[in-house]
Amino acid sequence: MDILIKILGAVATIIIAFVVGMLYGGLNRKVTARVQNRVGPPFWQNYLDAFKLVSKKTSIHHGVMQHLGPAFLMVSSIGTLLFIPILKGNNWFPNLSFHGDLIFLLYLMVFGSLGLALGAGQTGNPNSAIGVTRGLSQMVGFEIPWVMALVAIMIQYHTTSIADIMHVQEVHGWLMFQKPFAFIAAILAMFGMFRYSPFDIVGAPAELASGPVSEFGGKYLGLMMSSGSIFAFVKLTLYTDLFLGGASNFIELLVKTFLLYMIPVSYGLVSPRYRTEQAVRYFWGWPSFFGLLAILYSVIF
Amino acid sequence: MVNDKNSQKIVDIIQNFARKHSLFVLAYGTGCGAIEIPPTMTSRYDAERFGIRGAATPRQADVLLITGYLTTKTLKRVIRVYEQMQDPKYVIGFGSCTINGGMYWDSYNTIKVLDKYLPVDIYINGCMPRPEAVIEGFIKLQKKIAEGRADGAKQYKENFEWYRANQKKVLGPTTPHIQEYNW
Repeated sequence: MDILIKILGAVATIIIAFVVGMLYGGLNRKVTARVQNRVGPPFWQNYLDAFKLVSKKTSIHHGVMQHLGPAFLMVSSIGTLLFIPILKGNNWFPNLSFHGDLIFLLYLMVFGSLGLALGAGQTGNPNSAIGVTRGLSQMVGFEIPWVMALVAIMIQYHTTSIADIMHVQEVHGWLMFQKPFAFIAAILAMFGMFRYSPFDIVGAPAELASGPVSEFGGKYLGLMMSSGSIFAFVKLTLYTDLFLGGASNFIELLVKTFLLYMIPVSYGLVSPRYRTEQAVRYFWGWPSFFGLLAILYSVIF
Repeated sequence: MVNDKNSQKIVDIIQNFARKHSLFVLAYGTGCGAIEIPPTMTSRYDAERFGIRGAATPRQADVLLITGYLTTKTLKRVIRVYEQMQDPKYVIGFGSCTINGGMYWDSYNTIKVLDKYLPVDIYINGCMPRPEAVIEGFIKLQKKIAEGRADGAKQYKENFEWYRANQKKVLGPTTPHIQEYNW
């Protein structure tokens, strides 16, 4: 009976992540349209797109890895999702969060991109190869401030468990204010994670013909779109858990994640695109500096 | 909603609803018509409110937009692009040149009637059609999709020999063109 409830909770978590992630994607398109002074698609447009893509026929075969790449992406998204506590002190969605999960998450979050890189490499499209190299370079860039911010938190509170960090915040207040340098470094790393402008160098529609996904159509594209939406929800929930004290109900979670989501979106709306080396240099500049400050702050105080 | 031969099944109605509201367009800017696509897509006319957005590659696209005349040289590429697209797929012939040759009616190296080489679902006439006309054409296509009548891809499959013969006639027998692609 216990295991049944856990499975039900996991399925509910995945459905919620999909619905909310897709909704945020649609709202992003709507907000972008309003900023550009046009009407824009309705906010449910992404659901229709995903449904249409899944209902398309797919008859492309480049090799085994091409079929496995999108599946890796989905596995990584869902796996990461299940290791993150969605709500604070809630028995419904504890899923798989155990002690030491922050370091594990750091590894798991990269897994999907590597799977996609293998899949895209199999298709043999030159645009895919360029997109993959750009994506991995960018990942080398933003992982450094992101890991520095996490290490600062781990040193300060002597724990790697997200649940413990959420508990700490109940006592001491949000880490956003307790560890502002770590928060700044993490938010700047988030720009790279979300791949909106100016860091959309991987997709780069007019330049790379959508990069790694350029040979994927139909069902695979639908799968990638859904997994991207789930992963966006994962990242936002993780940031909420780590820096904004988690959420005790869904309304709070939606408000906090949406506000966090609007940071990369609104920064992207007013930015052109960086070149690859500019992006990497950006992440190794101020964000890493703030990460270093956060670690020094943790070690000294 | 009756499940008989003359009407669509319920699952088709649902799928066609999603298809009609989510058209990924691959604009093949062969001729002068390509200049009408940016205003159609951007703030002034905003085709995205109908769910129409650009696709980067043929694999992701639903609609192939042939904007203007096709020379025999570009026809080869267009055929290849069309065959790379995934079902269900639609073709929009854009401008007079795709209908009867337009101002290139006596040119030696452009094709005159696009429908002989690729199955066209909707024509948008004009030289050039303005963005309003383009959006009107897209809405006509949406209506056709909703009624289940946008079956150009099916016709292409059924009459494949006829289309191939036409293509080979204009491209010439010796051209190393339309191979059997190994997808």
